[in-house]
Formats: sequence, structure tokens, C-alpha cells
Amino acid sequence: MRRLLITLVVFILLGLGGFVVLTDPRVVSPAPEIGTLPAPDIENGKVLFTIGGCASCHATPGQDDRLKLGGGLALASPFGTFHAPNISPHTRDGIGNWGVQDFVDAMATGTSPRGQHYYPAFPYTSYRLMPPKALADLFAYIRTLQPVEGRAPDHQLAFPFNIRRLVGGWKLLYFDGSPFRPDPSKSEEWNRGAYLVQGPGHCAECHSSRNRFGAIIQATRFAGGPDPEGKGTVPNITQHEEDGIGKWSKAEIAELLKTGFTPSFDNVGGSMAAVIRNTSQLSDADRLAMAEFLKSLPAVPSPPKPKAAQATN
Amino acid sequence: MIRVALVAACLTIGLSAVVAQTNPIVERQNTMKSIGAATRDGAAIAKGEAPFDAAKVQAIFKTYSDSAKKMATLFPDGSQTGDKTTAAPKIWEDQAGFKASLAKFDSEASAASAAATDLASFRTGFGNVTKNCGTCHETYRVKR
Repeated sequence: MRRLLITLVVFILLGLGGFVVLTDPRVVSPAPEIGTLPAPDIENGKVLFTIGGCASCHATPGQDDRLKLGGGLALASPFGTFHAPNISPHTRDGIGNWGVQDFVDAMATGTSPRGQHYYPAFPYTSYRLMPPKALADLFAYIRTLQPVEGRAPDHQLAFPFNIRRLVGGWKLLYFDGSPFRPDPSKSEEWNRGAYLVQGPGHCAECHSSRNRFGAIIQATRFAGGPDPEGKGTVPNITQHEEDGIGKWSKAEIAELLKTGFTPSFDNVGGSMAAVIRNTSQLSDADRLAMAEFLKSLPAVPSPPKPKAAQATN
Repeated sequence: MIRVALVAACLTIGLSAVVAQTNPIVERQNTMKSIGAATRDGAAIAKGEAPFDAAKVQAIFKTYSDSAKKMATLFPDGSQTGDKTTAAPKIWEDQAGFKASLAKFDSEASAASAAATDLASFRTGFGNVTKNCGTCHETYRVKR
């Protein structure tokens, strides 16, 4: 009996040890080698900032300057409320003290300079597709913006989601840290679109349903689902004729990204309006590239709506 | 027998028309559709797919102004849910802000209507007025 107890304790300790080692940010998502990078291209950084929608979450709420990145916006989720942090170049409250490597780590591996996991409410699951050079450009652009004082409130998450270390386990299960690899069999335009939509654009982060651990269900990626913020549903943007946008032409998709108008001249609402504010600033070529990629997505029917979402619709 | 059936059919059609008219959700959805139809016409002219036609252009902006005035009356208490509405709760939380947005849309449409004398001035005005669609939907409509 005593021996059994000892064995049990040893196993528990081993398990805990394994958990601690495996969920260490450096183990589960090692930092990419950035090597020596050329001088940053700030204009490219601005384009990535725009398509990345950084301001949509990090701009200080309640004022019009979208380049004041003081953070604080509340993002509701089934796990609790996240607050977007200050990412302005303020040395104390923002990311003014960060180096390029810190920024690349945060964006590509979801790990903070202090070695903590970020929650995937911050879509590093998509941003990781950006190569270090692009991330360095983006970082250089953000550093040109105005430093903003003040820190966002802490996240308010229910137990056990408030234990950051558990995100390490989540990463083990769901995080693919590989960068974008172009498909040489496809056109240059398609590859540009694939990169913009899946990387900085992080379209699938909203336009997909998630499992109970908050990970995107890959089988219905891009097929829409209930809005995680609890208001209505997010549309299916696959090529499904009835549920998705299979009937839209490439030009019509590009038009939506420019003006917010659908082919039936409805104008998109909710947080997609903020997305359009970003995509409207891109070049026509980039919008057409995104449309080219979206037109190549396989048709996937929308997942059935959960009962609660049906009732509130 | 046929006569009875006919009368019944007429009554049903008449009644459902009345019901449709008194259902603010259906009515506001129809109003939005007429705004969408006007925007389709306007976009065709702005893109040069249809010729500039002063009368048609005035009609487009009039649809906007009339619809804006009408919309202000179509969100009574009790119409928050049902009929697949995508109206955001914010409309009822901030009635003043909501009505101010509609009034802005109305007045900008009137101003654009007066200013639209040729294709170039129409394009400018139409571009400005239709910016209201997105800003209003962002706040007062849920994702869809």
C-alpha cells in the first residue's frame, strides 16, 4: 500500500515535471532565427499594419486616431474578457523597449519578451506566416508612431483559463509555427493573396468556428460560424454556392474589400466594417490577389448553428 | 364554393399585407433593400456602366433621404428580436446616437442631391454619402 502511494506520487511528480518542461515557451514554440536583416522597409510595414488590422484591436477606444495604439479594447469570448494591450512605442507602457527579436518572437511564436505565452486571442496563429523580414518592417513602422501612456486592464478570465502556462499545452496541440511557403504551382497573384488572407489578414480567425478549447476546427476553416463575441454569426467565405460566396466573382470580392458593398449592395456591418476600413487602404492589386485566393477555396457548407445562436438570431 | 375560396384567398392576401406593413422588422428590411437597389443604380453610374442621368440621380438621393426618415420610426420597443433581424441592441441603448446617424445620412444625401450636376460631382457626393452605410452598420448592426 505504501509502495503504491509512493509510485503514485512519483508518477504525479514526473507528470508535473513533464508538463512544466513541455509547456515552456522556449520548448513548445522556439524562437525563429532572424539572422541579419536588411534595413527595414517602413512603407511595407505600413501595408502590413493595415492588412493586419493592428489598429482594430490596439487603437485606444473612444477616440478617432487609429495610430494611437494605447490598447484597452475589451474582447469578449467564451473564456472571459481579453483586453488588447498597449503596443505603442512607449518605453514603459508599450513596446518601446523591445528589440526586433522580441517582436518577431511575439508575432511568430506567441511568446512575450518575459518568456510568457500570449493567449491566442492575439492571432499569432496567423501572423506566424509572416517571415522575419516582414515582421521587422512592421516593427519599424510601429516604432514611428506616437508613444501612448497607460496600460490596458488585465484580462478577466475564468479558472483554469487564467493560468497562462496552460497555453503551452494548447500550443502543443494546436499551434503550427511554420512560416508561409509559397506554392510554386500557383500564380504569383494567388500566392500573394494566400499570404495576405492567411497571414497578416488573419481572415480565418473570425471566419471559422472553434472547438471548446478555442482552436479553429480545420475541417470548416473559412466556413463561418457563431460570432465568438456573442453577436449573431460570421459568414461562410468558402466557395460554397449557397452558404458561402461561390456565386461572387473575383471582382465582386475585391469590391467588398474596397467599399464594403456585397454584390447585392448590402453593406457589411459589425467588426467587418473595421476590416473594410483597413482593406480599403490596400492597393487594387492586393485586393484582387486576396480575391484570387478566396476563389480557390474548396466549397464547405456552414457548420450547423448551435441552439443558443439560433435563438438570438 | 369557388367564390368562397376566392374571398378567403383575397382576405388572406389582404391580411398578410397588413401584417407585413405593421411588422417593423419586415418593413425596415424592405427599406434597407430599397436603399441597396438605389445604391446598385448609383454604383453603375459612378463606375460608368450606366449613363449619368440627372433625374435618376435625384431619385437615388431621394430614396436615401426618405428611407433615413422612415428608418427612424421603424425600431420601436419590442422589435429587438425576431424575423432574422440583425439590428444591434445598441440601437435601443443609444436612441439619440442612432437617430443622429440617420439624420446625418438624410442631410448628406440632400446636400449631395443638390450638388450633383454632372458625373464628377455625383461621384464625389455618392462616395461621401455611401460612407454612412459602413459607419452606421458597424455600430448598429450585428455581424452577418
